Amino acid sequence: MKAFSDLLHSLLYAPQRSVKQAYLVQFIKNTPDPDRGYVISALTGELSFKGIKASFIRQIVYQRCDPVLFDLSYDFVGDLAETTALIWPKENNKNIDIKASEVIIELQNLSRIDASNYLQKLLDQMPEPQRWALLKFFTGGLRVGVSARIARLAIAQTFEKDINEIEQVWPLIEPPYLELFNWLEGTGKQPEAGGRAVFRPMMLAHPLLESELPKLDFNAYQAEWKWDGIRVQLVSAKNGVHLFSRTGDDISKSFPELVKPLNWRGVIDGELLSGSPGKIGSFQKLQFRLNRKKASVAIQRESPVFIRVYDILFDGKNDVRKHSLKQRRKLLEERMKFELNMRYVDLSEILPEVSITNLQKWREQCRAGGLIEGVMLKDKASAYCAGRIKGKWFKWKRDPLTADLVVLYAQRGHGKRSSFFSDFTLGAWHFDIKENKNILLPVAKAYSGFSDNELKQLDKFVRENITQKFGPVREVEKTLVVEIAFDSVQRSNRHKSGIATRFPRFKAIRWDKPVKEANTVSDLIKLIDT
Amino acid sequence: MVDTNWLKISKHGLYVSPANAYIDPVSAVDTAIITHGHADHARAGHRHVIATEQTLAIMSARYGSNFASSKTALTYNEQFSIGNVGVRLIPAGHVLGSAQIVLEYAQTKIIAAGDYKRRWDPTCSSFQVEHCDVFITEATFGLPIFSHPEPEDEIKKLMQARYLFPERSIVIGAYSLGKAQRLIALIRRAGYNETIFIHGAMKKLCELYQSFGIQLGSLKTTPIGKIDKQQISLANKFIIAPPSAMGTKWAQRLTDPLIVSASGWMQVRQRAKQGGVELPLVISDHADWNDILRTIQEVKATEIWVTHGREDALIHACSKMGLSAKALSLIGYEDESE
Repeated sequence: MKAFSDLLHSLLYAPQRSVKQAYLVQFIKNTPDPDRGYVISALTGELSFKGIKASFIRQIVYQRCDPVLFDLSYDFVGDLAETTALIWPKENNKNIDIKASEVIIELQNLSRIDASNYLQKLLDQMPEPQRWALLKFFTGGLRVGVSARIARLAIAQTFEKDINEIEQVWPLIEPPYLELFNWLEGTGKQPEAGGRAVFRPMMLAHPLLESELPKLDFNAYQAEWKWDGIRVQLVSAKNGVHLFSRTGDDISKSFPELVKPLNWRGVIDGELLSGSPGKIGSFQKLQFRLNRKKASVAIQRESPVFIRVYDILFDGKNDVRKHSLKQRRKLLEERMKFELNMRYVDLSEILPEVSITNLQKWREQCRAGGLIEGVMLKDKASAYCAGRIKGKWFKWKRDPLTADLVVLYAQRGHGKRSSFFSDFTLGAWHFDIKENKNILLPVAKAYSGFSDNELKQLDKFVRENITQKFGPVREVEKTLVVEIAFDSVQRSNRHKSGIATRFPRFKAIRWDKPVKEANTVSDLIKLIDT
Repeated sequence: MVDTNWLKISKHGLYVSPANAYIDPVSAVDTAIITHGHADHARAGHRHVIATEQTLAIMSARYGSNFASSKTALTYNEQFSIGNVGVRLIPAGHVLGSAQIVLEYAQTKIIAAGDYKRRWDPTCSSFQVEHCDVFITEATFGLPIFSHPEPEDEIKKLMQARYLFPERSIVIGAYSLGKAQRLIALIRRAGYNETIFIHGAMKKLCELYQSFGIQLGSLKTTPIGKIDKQQISLANKFIIAPPSAMGTKWAQRLTDPLIVSASGWMQVRQRAKQGGVELPLVISDHADWNDILRTIQEVKATEIWVTHGREDALIHACSKMGLSAKALSLIGYEDESE
């Protein structure tokens, strides 16, 4: 665990991405299997333990420390693993060094009670840096500034392979990735899908900057609507049909009507939308489906869904990702006529004649519809590559909506923002008939969009204006107006205001603006998409 | 019976009513008793200031020698009185000249400890334990997650960084009064005798420490503005600067700077990360959680008052120890001076 702990600390404090990658390369070179694979899986978020989650850790630490002191500490630190590592009683510190793989295998196989005892014993024996590293296994994101992508780039660099080759085999392997390392070291063959339905990493778009527009050769691009649903991948393999989210989560169970067996095998990329091709439903309805682990026939009938197809990755056994978009589109149109001609699938329309004027016109139209987020521009010659590739695909989103809201409550953030008040509940004015006066009702929760410097100012504002405490939540003096950007407004019966805003984020802090000039709930209701 | 009615909380700070004097007042008053020289405790504008000779010298260096029309310099443990109130200053171990204020009135002894630490520090006198009825403590690190390691071990990390990155200049962010001088003294004790570079803003205070006989070795001010490779290569050198200088052009012009920060806050990793720190050193001029609890037990007070910091946890711990404790919630004293 010492090597893992050292690596995590190096990664955490390394100022640049390139330095982080260099640390990883060094680690991959110097660490034997299966340790390196397990450690990589912790970094890529693929390591999991049944039943050992945040609540389990909390239970253990409550047994060993004063819960009141723990809660106050957690509120300050904002990270469960770190708080637990720091507060753990330092009694039998023996400074022993156990292999990371040994710890992981042991914990994956123990019963809940045995795991609790084993974990406590480990925490008792380890020095604080190792306790922190150990607990990071169970508490979700490592928060050391390493993405799964950087980890794979480091593997590619270590073995002098093209990153795309690593990305392509990645969905086929599992921790500790012995198959991968054997192949890379030349002692095994390249991992294959066999009959499994596996997720293939998706190609993503870069935001289009207005200044880039004049530089583009529009003849080379194809334009499509950017639909406001959930990006999905439908995989039909020998062992069955599966539906995956953009991040590769298998969401088949929520959408049984989409994963019925098909005669055709292959992989398509599209947008999951609610309603039917003729009549698209709201995003809210889609979310309702997504939040259900299972969907009865009644629910399927009441809240139907369908896939609007953008692209094709595999046709039968043929990997068509290296073909141009133009060729893939032609193939896709063919398949849509016959093999994929189904009620719950339709083809994404190609917008005619790409030009600056048309693009601007289309983008304006988005706002009216509400179900379209913007316009996509795709290089017709582009191969289907994993991730965000520069200059190939662009997204040009409609302008967000904005409103001036009042800061009502604040809470400390987590990770990079721990110990700063960074999570804000924001309110709009509403005339309350019973009280016969204007009151502020919560309409949004925002925790992004501000600069580090603005965060410090907001934190200072909160500290100096606390009026009440409710656990970790601080009520503040209603004096600060902030300009908030958001994607849309929806009806919601979960909130007293009757509305909810989607993806609210800070646009500006209006230190200058009097509170009474903030927006009203009825201003926001006018913005609801129909 | 313990009578504490004569010590009150006012908007200026703690007020000793029978002496008409304030402790570390945050705004200008007639008579101020100052615990130590940090700017949030020692402010300008009071008519009469009572403090140690060192604290008065620090205030002179900051505000000019006319910062008060009347000054009373007390040595540690010298008996003094204002009206019927006995006033005595005893070492607090925080920074040079820092003092706890021992107040005696109406058969009650109250100690306002100011900021303090229990770890050994070569640049100031060590904390003196004295029994009292009421002990007024700070709680900057008043959470059980704060357990400061031995400063010598932290300095070893600094020495190792210099060995690992010989081509980089090692820039250490440290508060100008106290922390900077303590770091220099610790680096000297680790056997480093070469010139240590300091930011211009620290020159006066380092000289002041030296004038009180604190050995800091050879120091040189880094030229402000023009630092480039042709002028002086500061690779493999230690440079000490106030935390506020770390993000500025001043730091960027140094030779491939390795950003170090020395503070008790560095114990919380994400806090260190927020400041862009590459090497965090947990070196604090405040007592950590266990040292606060130990001190509270050693002074044998029956009542504990908490001035500022993370008072909730400390008050909870005191009540579990059977002590009566309350938060004074004084405002105007900041965490940043650590």
